[in-house]
Amino acid sequence: MASILSATSVTKQFGGLTAVNNLNVEIPEQSISSIIGPNGAGKTTFFNCITGFYTPEMGEIYFRGNRIDGLRSDQVTRLGISRTYQNIRLFSNLTAIENIMVGYEPHLKTNWIDAVFHTPRYHQDEKAAHEEAIKLLRFVGLTGLGDQVARNLPYGAQRRLEIARALASKPGLLLLDEPTAGMNPHETIEMMHFIRNLRDSLGITILLVEHDMRLVMGISEQVTVLDFGEKIAEGTPKDIQSNPRVIEAYLGRGAATEGMAAAGEGASKRKTTH
Amino acid sequence: MTTTQNTFDWKRTLQFGLIGGLVGVLIAMVGMVEEFDKRDIIAGTLTMGWTLLFLTALVTGYFAAGTAKENRLFSIVSGVAASAIFAAVMSLLAWLVESFDMRQVLVNASPSLVKILTFEQGVPNGLLMLVGAGAAVGLLGSVIYILPDRIRKAVSIALGMVALIGLLQEIIQVSLASFEGASKALIWMFGKGTEKGLSVAGAIVVFVVVAGSNLLWDTNAPKVNAQFNKLPQNRRRSLRWLGYGILFLVIIYLPAVLGLYLTEVVNSTGLFILMGLGLNIVVGFAGLLDLGYVAFYAIGAYTVGVLTNFSGELTAHFGWNFWFALPVAVSLAVLAGVVLGIPVLNMRGDYLAIVTLGFGEIIRILALSDFLKPSIGGSQGIVNIPPPQFLGVLINNPQTLYYVIVAGAILALFISQRLRDSRLGRSWKALREDEDVAQAMGINLVATKLLAFATGAAFSGLSGSILAIKLGTIYPHSFALLISINVLALIIVGGMGSIPGVFVGGLLLAGMPELLREFAEYRLLIYGALLVVMMQVRPEGFWPEATHKRELRGVEAPAAEAQEA
Amino acid sequence: MQSYRIKRINWTDLFMWLVGAALIALIVGGSYLTLQQGKYTAVQWFDLAVFGLAQGSVYALIALGYTLVYGILRMINFAHSEIFMSGAFIGYFAATGMQRSGFMQENPLLGIVIIFLTAMTTSAVLAILLERIAYRPLRGAPRLVPLITAIGASFFLQYTFRGLFGTQNRAYPEIEVIKGTVPLFGDFQIQKIQIIVIIAAAVMMAFLALFVQYTKTGKAMRAVSEDKSVAALMGIDVDAIIVRTFILGASLAGAAGVLYCFMFRIVTFYMGFIPGIKAFTAAVLGGIGNPPGAMLGGLFLGIFESLGPTLFLDGLGIPAPYQLKDVIAFTMLVMVLIFRPTGILGERLSRAKA
Repeated sequence: MASILSATSVTKQFGGLTAVNNLNVEIPEQSISSIIGPNGAGKTTFFNCITGFYTPEMGEIYFRGNRIDGLRSDQVTRLGISRTYQNIRLFSNLTAIENIMVGYEPHLKTNWIDAVFHTPRYHQDEKAAHEEAIKLLRFVGLTGLGDQVARNLPYGAQRRLEIARALASKPGLLLLDEPTAGMNPHETIEMMHFIRNLRDSLGITILLVEHDMRLVMGISEQVTVLDFGEKIAEGTPKDIQSNPRVIEAYLGRGAATEGMAAAGEGASKRKTTH
Repeated sequence: MTTTQNTFDWKRTLQFGLIGGLVGVLIAMVGMVEEFDKRDIIAGTLTMGWTLLFLTALVTGYFAAGTAKENRLFSIVSGVAASAIFAAVMSLLAWLVESFDMRQVLVNASPSLVKILTFEQGVPNGLLMLVGAGAAVGLLGSVIYILPDRIRKAVSIALGMVALIGLLQEIIQVSLASFEGASKALIWMFGKGTEKGLSVAGAIVVFVVVAGSNLLWDTNAPKVNAQFNKLPQNRRRSLRWLGYGILFLVIIYLPAVLGLYLTEVVNSTGLFILMGLGLNIVVGFAGLLDLGYVAFYAIGAYTVGVLTNFSGELTAHFGWNFWFALPVAVSLAVLAGVVLGIPVLNMRGDYLAIVTLGFGEIIRILALSDFLKPSIGGSQGIVNIPPPQFLGVLINNPQTLYYVIVAGAILALFISQRLRDSRLGRSWKALREDEDVAQAMGINLVATKLLAFATGAAFSGLSGSILAIKLGTIYPHSFALLISINVLALIIVGGMGSIPGVFVGGLLLAGMPELLREFAEYRLLIYGALLVVMMQVRPEGFWPEATHKRELRGVEAPAAEAQEA
Repeated sequence: MQSYRIKRINWTDLFMWLVGAALIALIVGGSYLTLQQGKYTAVQWFDLAVFGLAQGSVYALIALGYTLVYGILRMINFAHSEIFMSGAFIGYFAATGMQRSGFMQENPLLGIVIIFLTAMTTSAVLAILLERIAYRPLRGAPRLVPLITAIGASFFLQYTFRGLFGTQNRAYPEIEVIKGTVPLFGDFQIQKIQIIVIIAAAVMMAFLALFVQYTKTGKAMRAVSEDKSVAALMGIDVDAIIVRTFILGASLAGAAGVLYCFMFRIVTFYMGFIPGIKAFTAAVLGGIGNPPGAMLGGLFLGIFESLGPTLFLDGLGIPAPYQLKDVIAFTMLVMVLIFRPTGILGERLSRAKA
């Protein structure tokens, strides 16, 4: 399969600390891939390098053949990458619909003149954005909550709204940063189905950063394991589960795979940011 | 009676009384009581100065009554006691001022203040009366606390209306004067001859009518709304258009009804509202706290001044027509908005505020300096800005200028609304909520921020241009930081991001002080206090930004709702 | 590939670099022309520099208040300039009172100490009230909220003082012992008051540095500024530490108010605004949140502002360049924020933290 995103020897440093070191990753088109690793392994930093929030010191990142490292995050989004955040970052005083409509931004062409004079283009754009928003609301199961202010929505709904907002830009690659953080096992399984359905029905590529092993192993086709900013393993979930380096570095000192999946263990770790 | 709520909390009562007393002392010592004493709310009975103390006592009593939540008797005792303590503190102040001469330090510690505080009865008697009055007001405050919510609301609104009508009695009288019948029929409501304020009978009538109609409206409002919504679409629309039609007529005939002085007040308010609409885009929509907003006002005014000036004391001599200078002025303001916007693109919150404040000061200092004196007049400013003509009408008095300002304000209102309901408006709000995420959604931060600065600057420049022809002369002192603060206070009080809020804020914070000259002295003191209190109690403002209901109503709906302003 | 390069260019940064380059050219060219024309003597330059140093010491003292509070609450205490003003104002009443009663003439040193104590106490009390009433309830609110509160509080205090004490400019009493000049060599001499200001400020800053470094409160302050919640878990009473920080900053501002009055001998209700904003500039210049930076920034700004207008602008033939000294200060603020937002010493601080 052709790869949609390829990163070659990406390195990002903060002061003396190397958060991502010489990382090479290929993400196959239309796959569900995961990046896992212990806290501080550089997973979110790598996300931030892809989305243009950070500029890596070394290395190159290509998306569908376009070089994207060092571009601003709005430029990256316009090329077709969108993301969600570990600790939900919705526009909290905007309604759910408005949140999604902001996500539709890359497809809008109206400028302020259109807006002032209500040109046909304005009506066309507004209608398209609104229809897309309604459609996505239905898709993530939030129909009826569209006029709620985002901060008033329940936690699970906020997570789904954030995904809907990310989908509004019609991305080719969707980055999900710990989509099940703070969810109970039941909700986690629901989310797992939702993510798989997302890929199957929209045909987009999904890259996850996740702590929850059950989710990662359950839905990923490719898993990349980071430790201290370096890639220590890559392959199918099966390969990873049996890889001794992974077990040593990530699962830690003899812990079993099943043990990691327990919700209680993960919960304490999830809260810490990278 | 074992729960703590039901025991009499004398400590807190004392605390409230003392806090109220301190506030009262402050009000008296900054000179507000004396200054406001010149104006009557209720002719011959209650002056504005006393109203202020009355309100302090009332609020003290109200909150003190709240310390005993369950027990009504305790509430009343607590309220009465706290307000009496407040009055006792004021008596102590009066006694101190009477006994010691402190005017070297505290300029308002004057015998006339003592006279006011003692009801002109001299120290021992007057002070007893004062404490008695305090207790009575405390009783009122605690009774208001005990009343059921609905009645309390009606009573508070009615008291507010009495105060408001009393304050604005002059305008009401002047406006009524053009309707002879009405003015004669209502003459009993107001003080006689030169007296200001309502008459006692007038006050009672206003109170009863307002409280009564408020209660009625409260019980019937849902029914009326339901009826309106039951009407067919086209009937509703025509009713709405009828409303707009009436509004339009009112706007057209307003200056004729108001007369010269009041139109002048409306004009000054209008210029502030125009600026407020601009700053509302920058601060309210985009969340960029700009304290140097006055710079664009100055640029607008100076451009018009330089381009139209005809007397020739400046080196450059243009002598343009105002209508040609106006677009140039607005464009220059926009340009300045963009140029001053670029350096602050990466700054957030507090830094942005200080740097823009610095920009505002730079512009003012440059305008004052000898360096630019040959081109823009230095501290002497620019005189002889000719009044423009429009279709043969010379715009040289408030009543003609009014239409220019109204046209400007409507234009700004229209543009604000259209932008707010567009992609740009959403981008601005997203920016305000979370800049990083907004950018990650594909929003170009540079363009979005610069457009906010530019639009804000355009409205401010327009306002400044009109100011130039309104005054006919411009001095650097007209463009102090205080103007920026004034506009900021206006949009915060109205509600950040809320367009109707700008009008509410403008009427309250620009209109009222123009009307009540006594306020002018304390304008910034009151604004400062208002900003602090608003941020704690009601950060969203008096008329908060509406959230758009779009899921069910579709795309076109917000336009109609948007015109609520 | 071409489009990738173009996309990466940051046009606004480019514009700012051009502006920066133009300013540097202006400064260098202007200085060269001024010095070449030789209109000013060495004595005049010296006087300007010493004046700048004294003024800068006052800025530094005020700047410490901004920086201490910012370090702990991450907010700019806009009303700090009014805390400075209040100290100056009440100190003035103490000074006139003692002057009139003859106490000042008999015990000048004790008198000066009393002036300082009065001013510092006033400022501290006001700061406590401000923190308690206006700022504390807003912790955790969106950033604009405390900022707007601070702006409101600033105007409220300013105009309350105007209401209480009147609008006139009040002349500060002359204190005999601090009048006159000290001759150095040749024509060079320094005003006594400038020496006093510089030394007093230096002593207070040294005191602050020791306090923050060695006392229990100082250590707790540093802990709170690192991480409030962790500090609280360690058993530090965060609220108490915040109040003490306000008291510390305010006392320094009150003292600065007295020194400022000694130098300029005038008291008004709006006297806080310009020094306040200058001190803020100084704090940013040194790296806000960093006390040594604030001291350095203050001194630098004072000298820059005193020498700058004459040095940079006189040679360019600009009339009355001293009128533009505030423009120079503000321009520097903007430039520092753009090109080195962490300030002179900010970098070291952030590196130490990482």
